[in-house]
Order: sequence, then C-alpha cells, then structure tokens
Amino acid sequence: MQPTVLQDPPRVINLGLASFAADLRAQGVAVVDVDWRPPAGGNPRLAALLAQLEDEPETPQTTEGSRK
Amino acid sequence: MSIRTANQECLRRIDEGGAAWVDVRPAREVIPGMEEYTVLHAGPPVAWSDMCGPMRGAIIGASMFEGWAKAPEEAIALAERGRLRFDSGHHHRAIGPMSGIITPSMQVNVVRNEPFGLDTHATLYMGIGKVLRHGAYDETVMAKLRWMNHELAPMLAAALREAGGIDIKAIVAQAVQMGDEMHNRNKASNPLLLVKLAPHLVSVADRADAIRAIKFIDEAGHFVLNMVMAGCKGILDAASGIADCTIVTAIARNGHETGIRVSGLGDRWFTAPAPMIEGVYFPGFGPQDANPDLGDSAITETIGLGSLAMAGAPAVVEYVGGTPQFALETTMKMFEITAGENKAFKLPALNFRGTPLGIDIRKVVQTGITPVINTGIACRRPGVGQIGAGLTAVPLACFEQALEAFAAQRAATA
Repeated sequence: MQPTVLQDPPRVINLGLASFAADLRAQGVAVVDVDWRPPAGGNPRLAALLAQLEDEPETPQTTEGSRK
Repeated sequence: MSIRTANQECLRRIDEGGAAWVDVRPAREVIPGMEEYTVLHAGPPVAWSDMCGPMRGAIIGASMFEGWAKAPEEAIALAERGRLRFDSGHHHRAIGPMSGIITPSMQVNVVRNEPFGLDTHATLYMGIGKVLRHGAYDETVMAKLRWMNHELAPMLAAALREAGGIDIKAIVAQAVQMGDEMHNRNKASNPLLLVKLAPHLVSVADRADAIRAIKFIDEAGHFVLNMVMAGCKGILDAASGIADCTIVTAIARNGHETGIRVSGLGDRWFTAPAPMIEGVYFPGFGPQDANPDLGDSAITETIGLGSLAMAGAPAVVEYVGGTPQFALETTMKMFEITAGENKAFKLPALNFRGTPLGIDIRKVVQTGITPVINTGIACRRPGVGQIGAGLTAVPLACFEQALEAFAAQRAATA
C-alpha cells in the first residue's frame, strides 16, 4: 500500500524564499507562504547581541487569592 | 531597569502626551539657541558641502529673507565662509518638512505637550509647488513668505489666543478614523483644523484678510501637517532619554543622510546614506530628477502615523503608489517591529486596533523589517519643488549601529 503522502495532493508550507512558493503555485500546488528570514539576516554578531538584549520572561502576577 | 520596563515607560509617556497648537511666534523669541545667523535644517546634522540642492536653495532664500544677503551669491559666500551657524532643528525643539529651514525672523507654530510642559516648533506650511522648503526663492516665493510672516502669522496668533489653543492630537485621532494617515493624506485633518480655526480668524481679522487666510489654509491642503509634526516631536521628545529603552524617538532625513535617535541612547544620531524613493512622478519628471529622501516629516512614522497607519488610509495609494491591499499589508508588517499600539489613534479597518507604536530597534534588526516611509519626492534641483510621491524605508544600517551602541552602553553600565 502506498503511504498517504503519495496518495493525496501535497500540502505545502514554504518558509523563506518566496520564489519556491511561486514555482509550486505555477504548477497548481496550494502553498502557504511564510515570510521568514534568519534572525539579524544571519549575522552571528548581531544575533548574539540580540540574544543578550532579549526581554526577560514576565513574572506571573501574584494575586491575593493565590497567596493562601 | 529592564528593557521591558523602560519600553513600557516610553509607551506610557507617548500615550499620555498632548499636542495643542497654542501660538505662532518669531523663531528668535521661542526657539532655544536661535541666535542671529542660526540656520536650522531638517534631519541629522549636515555640513554645507554635503547639503542637497533643495536645502541649499532654501538656505539662500532664507538668507535673503533675513537680509543677510541681497543676492544668491552672497548667501552662498556666507555659507562657505562659515558665517551661517547650521544645526539640526531637532537639537532646538524644532522641526520642518523637506529642507526644514528655520531662521530667526521666521514665524513658527508653537505646539505644546501640556502634560510634560514641553513646547516644540515648526515652520508654517507654504503650500505645494514652488516653495522655500523645496529650495525655491524667486520673488513670488519671497512675496508669499513675507505675507505669511507679516500678515498671516499675527492673525493666526490672535485667533489661537482667542480659541485658547487647538487640540491637534484630537484632530489626528478623528482624522485617522476618516481615512487620513497624516503624512501625505490630510484630506480630513486639514478641514477639521480649519473648522476649529475659522470662527476665530473671522473674529480677530478684517473680513478680507480672514477670507484670504481661510482660502490659503484650505488650498494648501497640508497646512495642518506642520503642527502635527511638531506635536509628534513634542510627544516623542518627552519619551526620550529613558535609560535602557530601545524605542526609536526620531527618524529624520537631510537629503544626504537618514538618521534615527533612540530613547535610551540620548541625543545621538545613527545615520546611513539617504535612500531614493520609489514612487509616482508628476508628468515630465522621472527618477533622474529626484533628490534622495529629505525632511523631518518621518516623525509621523516614528509615532505610528504615515505609512504605519496606511491600513486606515487606502486612498493614499493613489498618491504614493501601490494598492489598498498593500497599504493594509504595510501596517500589518509594522506591527512586527513595534512594541505596542497607540491608544488614541485607532484604525476602523482593523477593528479599531491602535496604530503600530514604538519602533523597537531590536525587532527591526531581528526581522530585517525596516520602517516604511511614504513621502513626497523633491526635485534635486533647487526651486523646482515636489515632483512626485512614493515610498522608501529607513536604512537597516541605522538600526544595526544603534543596536551595537545600545549593547555597548548596557555592558558598560552593568
């Protein structure tokens, strides 16, 4: 028996280069295109700086009821 | 302070800021540091040798208006000899579209951020076509400048005194819901301003003078823009200087460079070469005639108006190019680089979601998405005027430099 993936039409999510999605669309394939690029354009130095400057996780608010 | 807390404080100050047009006064009386031979210009600081054609033309015109020079050659000589004291208007609580030239005798709008006790100043809007801000200085321009300074300005000042000021922020909030984005589309806001102003003009001036003033403000189309710009600057200046804050508090262009300032980095500028504008040209003009991006009007984008609010102004694309769908997508993209949403400026097309507010340098560098600016295109030759309108973006390099400086400052103070 063929695996399901080969029986059904492909369902594609494209990350990044929009031209990949355009080629598939031209062949009648439904594509969800996600506009993604590497953080800081792939620049490792800037990515490291961004990591240092990330927001700290928010501290959950303590309510009167939860202090019991 | 954590960056999150600092940025929240910045957004709080912006939300609580006000903008009321309260007066029109000579620059030398109200602008800090405005001495004889001071020439304020748009954008980050720039030397005469690097100034673009429209800015040089406007300085020539302003020098003749002041009586510092009788002819263009004399004005150029003054500039070349270092007699003129150039500085960024941003360093003096002042702002202006295109070349943004302000000299001591020019009358300026005074806009007050009352909750923070801060006044900012902007040139009077001269209309479109051949105007000083585009570097025109022939006799028709000089005559208009004289009328605006000697007749219109005192009328406006008297009308504003009688009115007790006009709330510009309220006009913007209303106009954003009526299809204006407040940078290149002021179809609603300019009449809204006029409705508030006209009864007082009629009251304080002779009938013929009042009619002339009202017709001028109506036909100028964007007269309100300069008060909006001063209002944006006043609110953003009050949100500047917050340690550990990564939010952009100024975007400005001098036709040579585009610069940004960041709340947590004081008065420093982070600059890159000013980009060209992709847009729609008026008949007879093309990209070969265009000046690089110019003017302080991107202060509207800095506060979440202009291109950031385009989703609510689909008709602006007839002017700057694109489609209503593109306008919507532009605003949605700007939410990815902003820290919050404006509580006063709401977009009906987005279920009354607030306009994107607080451009965060971290988000810009992270995503590579830079703030879009919709803007007029100035002719590179002085005196021709506006030759089109279109879209450009603030160079990514400005944000990368700011991020490096911010990280270094934080490391040094840790």
